[in-house]
Amino acid sequence: MDRYSFLRQLADSWVLLALFLVFIGVVLFVWRPGSRRLHRDAAESIFRNETRPAPEAADGAKADRKEVE
Amino acid sequence: MWDSFKLIVLGVIAVFAAIAANYARDLAYQVNALTIMLAAGLAFLFVLRRMDNPDLKLALAGVQSEYLDGPVRAGVIATAFWGVVGFLVGVVIAAQLAWPSLNFSDALEGFANFGKLRPLHTSAVIFAFGGNALIATSFYVVQRSCATRLWGGNAGWFVFWGYNLFIVLAATGYILGATHSKEYAEPEWYVDLWLTIVWVVYLLIYLGTIMKRREPHIYVANWFYLSFIVTIAMLHIVNNLAMPVSLFGSKSVPLFAGVQDAMTQWWYGHNAVGFFLTAGFLGMMYYFIPKQAERPVYSYKLSIIHFWALIFMYIWAGPHHLHYTALPEWASTLGMVFSIMLWMPSWGGMINGLMTLSGAWDKLRTDPILRMMVVAVGFYGMATFEGPMMSIKAVNSLSHYTDWTIGHVHSGALGWNGMITFGALYYLTPRLWGRERLYSTAAVSWHFWLATIGLVLYASSMWVSGIMEGLMWREVDSQGFLVNAFADTVIAKYPMLVVRTLGGVFYLAGGIIMAWNLWATVARQPRIAPARVAVPAE
Repeated sequence: MDRYSFLRQLADSWVLLALFLVFIGVVLFVWRPGSRRLHRDAAESIFRNETRPAPEAADGAKADRKEVE
Repeated sequence: MWDSFKLIVLGVIAVFAAIAANYARDLAYQVNALTIMLAAGLAFLFVLRRMDNPDLKLALAGVQSEYLDGPVRAGVIATAFWGVVGFLVGVVIAAQLAWPSLNFSDALEGFANFGKLRPLHTSAVIFAFGGNALIATSFYVVQRSCATRLWGGNAGWFVFWGYNLFIVLAATGYILGATHSKEYAEPEWYVDLWLTIVWVVYLLIYLGTIMKRREPHIYVANWFYLSFIVTIAMLHIVNNLAMPVSLFGSKSVPLFAGVQDAMTQWWYGHNAVGFFLTAGFLGMMYYFIPKQAERPVYSYKLSIIHFWALIFMYIWAGPHHLHYTALPEWASTLGMVFSIMLWMPSWGGMINGLMTLSGAWDKLRTDPILRMMVVAVGFYGMATFEGPMMSIKAVNSLSHYTDWTIGHVHSGALGWNGMITFGALYYLTPRLWGRERLYSTAAVSWHFWLATIGLVLYASSMWVSGIMEGLMWREVDSQGFLVNAFADTVIAKYPMLVVRTLGGVFYLAGGIIMAWNLWATVARQPRIAPARVAVPAE
């Protein structure tokens, strides 16, 4: 089989299926349990640190920050 | 050491540009080489004068606790400037279409002909106005949402100046006759190479800033901006693959030919719309609308799905520009189907933007900036409905090559890109220069109405003109002969062309009012915030 036909068949069969499944996976991942709090925090993140960068946090403080979400 | 290296590089560039200008085979190349020489020389002097300056080192201490807003301020000025220039050239070419004598072909020896000014207009509004707006707002948004200073030190300044040098090189090239002959990718090979360098630095800055972020999550606006930067890099490189005829001439020959070249061009062209004019500006929408409305985006989940759906679908839509051509039919059907599917994520995004105002709709009565942003989202919805409809083969057979396409592009560009950019500029200017508020809210209202009315005049006249053209072109008599000559349609659409020009004048007037208002905001009001907040040394 020449390269064009091979790529054509691959593209509209397995690659199409793979891309479609990845997309469905992304959508399902968005709805994973426990994502609501993370998303609310992310949506509100733009209302913090308006005028100045967040202070350089020590590692401990950074870990705290992630747990608060 | 680093400064010495920069001086060597700039000196080599200036010398080589001078040699290139001397050996230049055509005028456009010569002028561009002289421009590069001048730019490199000025940059050389600038670096030289700042070398080993102790005051500068002192000023840079503790700078990590501040945002780098210099390039954003410069970008806001450049956006307003190029916007007015681009709208002005647009009005000129609209008038040239209605009254061809305005080409002044004899007096100006063809240098101001429609064919030369048209790419100047499209590049000025898309790349100069839109591009500067995207770079400036992306630098602003990525710093705020990542709570960290821009990565890469002064590389942000390099991107600003480098990008604007690209615009000047491209614009002078068009007028003097250098063109790649690919729509929206007209700059010639050396200008393309320069843009590639600038763009890679831009990407590195963006990634670097995101990587050192102090927020756990990458806010969705950054995803859109990042997809815009990455995709434009890919599109730009592939579509501009070309072999220069001479190192000292502007002419180059594309590597693709025939239908492959056409497909590559419209894969580029449509994704330039998808990722430059849509994804990038959606980044603006997802930051500035929540900020101006003072409430978080309606559904963060929907914004993520909006993002991935656009990413997965947009890249396939290009072939709808090539219906009924030498392109294989399966390819144009693929393009059509994906274009229609794109309607869903686009409207999901529009609903997300509009519903962000739920519970705050009253703000539209008092806040003309928010009104501008909402109209922008409305036009995003309209253009993303009209586009899929026009991509259907049967509709396309009527609309293609007519003014309908021009009207569609402008309801997207003036309505969506223009309005959201104006909103972002009005949002940014008082904050970046530490002013309490805009100089005149009434002027914003004037701008809003002038832009909206101009837009309605533009879009509706182009609908009438385009559908009329399409019907006249396909009209056959009982013997099967075409009824109308091409010139008949040109005569018939004269009134619509005049109305379109008038719409453009309205839009330009709004742009001038905005430029004045932004200038007065800074120049005629006292500064409220202190220039620098003292931070205790740790």
